[in-house]
Amino acid sequence: MLKEGLKMSSRLHQLTKGFVKDNPTFSLVLGMCPTLATTTSAINGLEMGLATMFVLILSNMVISLLAPAVPDKVRIPVYIVVIATFVTVLQLAMQAFVPDVYETLGLFIPLIVVNCIVLGRAEAFANKNSLVDSALDGIGIGLGFTMSLTVIGIIREILGSGSVFGWKFIPGDGVLAFVMAPGAFIVLGYLMVIFNKYLAKK
Amino acid sequence: MVLCLGLVCFICAAVLGGTYVLTAGPIEQARQNKTRQSIAKVLPEFGGDPVEKVAAWNGTDYTYYAVEGTGCAVISTVSGFGGPLSVMVGIVDDGTVYNTVVLSQSETPGLGAKCQTDAAFTDQFKGWDPASKTLLVKKDGGDVDAITASTITSRAYALAISNAIEVFKTVNAEGGLENEQ
Amino acid sequence: MEFLLIIISAIFVNNILLSQFLGICPFLGVSNKLSTAVGMSGAVCFVITLATVVTYLLNQYLLVPFGLTFLQTILFILVIAALVQMVEIVLKKISPSLYQALGIFLPLITTNCAVLGVAITVVTKEFSFGGEPAMFNLGEATVYAAATSIGYGLAMCLFAGLREHLALNSIPKPFKGLPIALITAGIMAMAFLGFSGIV
Repeated sequence: MLKEGLKMSSRLHQLTKGFVKDNPTFSLVLGMCPTLATTTSAINGLEMGLATMFVLILSNMVISLLAPAVPDKVRIPVYIVVIATFVTVLQLAMQAFVPDVYETLGLFIPLIVVNCIVLGRAEAFANKNSLVDSALDGIGIGLGFTMSLTVIGIIREILGSGSVFGWKFIPGDGVLAFVMAPGAFIVLGYLMVIFNKYLAKK
Repeated sequence: MVLCLGLVCFICAAVLGGTYVLTAGPIEQARQNKTRQSIAKVLPEFGGDPVEKVAAWNGTDYTYYAVEGTGCAVISTVSGFGGPLSVMVGIVDDGTVYNTVVLSQSETPGLGAKCQTDAAFTDQFKGWDPASKTLLVKKDGGDVDAITASTITSRAYALAISNAIEVFKTVNAEGGLENEQ
Repeated sequence: MEFLLIIISAIFVNNILLSQFLGICPFLGVSNKLSTAVGMSGAVCFVITLATVVTYLLNQYLLVPFGLTFLQTILFILVIAALVQMVEIVLKKISPSLYQALGIFLPLITTNCAVLGVAITVVTKEFSFGGEPAMFNLGEATVYAAATSIGYGLAMCLFAGLREHLALNSIPKPFKGLPIALITAGIMAMAFLGFSGIV
């Protein structure tokens, strides 16, 4: 009974750890390129997060199954091949069913292959945990990543274009710098300050 | 070791090949839908299928879609501020612009990229008559109201439209010639 | 003239780090000291240029003729990984001193998205430098890759120089480390925005 309870709480922990404790953006500082590049608006950030989560969950699951059979020497190449396969599947599916989203995110969809979060989770978690745990880990970290990207996107969209998810509530042009490159660095920097100050307390 | 890597590669290749075969149809469909939607946006309502054709003007090939009895939708690509700017221009048979739509652009977000979304800018080209108005931004002595702080993008947009009109004229002139023969 | 435009555009106007956001992880990770930043930049320059040429040729003569362009992502990443391994082995044999300098950075480069990013960009995107928009030919692709990686090195070394000075200042605790570095990078990106419009 107690054991079951422990197991449940540890599973719940897998799902929620991505939000604060193992938050890939603010705490682990991984996958910075899409975080900065695709968060020009809330919706773009959300879509990028979901795309990454898709690859993360599937690659985590497959790698947790493969790990015992793969010799140590070819471990990394095998992981990369698996991840690249899922990324290509995602690319093709997006082109077929959501071509507009694919066009907006552009280069950053194929670049999920080299997103350190995906390879990082494969190395650090999926290769030594069970299928279910790895899937939950993928969902948890993926949700954390999606949340961070959406938050950055919301802030940049409010400051830069006076709207949230395309709903305009401040008339006028907004501060353009926040839509452009400098805003990405500065917003992420200040969010990290807030995170360090209030949330990262152990 | 090699066997394992080879096996993984083989399985992945099979998965990819399968996905490719499965999605090839929908991808083509999505592409055609997009073109169709763009044509429907830039030309008045029409019946029948637009016919894809290629015309050469000024040493460049332009793709255009001719709709019998209505007009042409010309795809015109020029050099914008951040890279290529591709615009579909619908021109009705009397030579006026019906509407324009951006197909792809790499302009600055929040500045030049507004050429895709800013109705105040794009609406001025609806019903544009090249005979009475000049396709140059006001700074250059024309009649186009440029997007604030994005003169180069606006200039490129106007150039794309004026190129499309030239292509339309060439096409019509050729068509006329064929009729005479 | 065209080459000059490509070079200026790739180094300053569309700086890969500060305006395209590629290769940010090592940008933040190894820019604590100027000397490591220089080493990393050198290794990245070398690999980006080499990888772009190889992937460009593979794409042109293998993927396009057989209609396999959907395999770009997977093939390119494998080529890059293999190339990095090869460079490491060759370098170890012929120039141990250079290997000593670059060695520790080489394995990290496989997962540097700047390399894959540039390789994919040059084969999928049309460019226009004043003239008609068109795909790059091999010469232009090589020059673009080399110039982009020089831009990478430039931004990286400037940033490392700034961070060395930052370390000597007293900074409020929550700002220490990455946050202040990100804000600094933001101000640098703002400075680089000033270049836009010159090409």
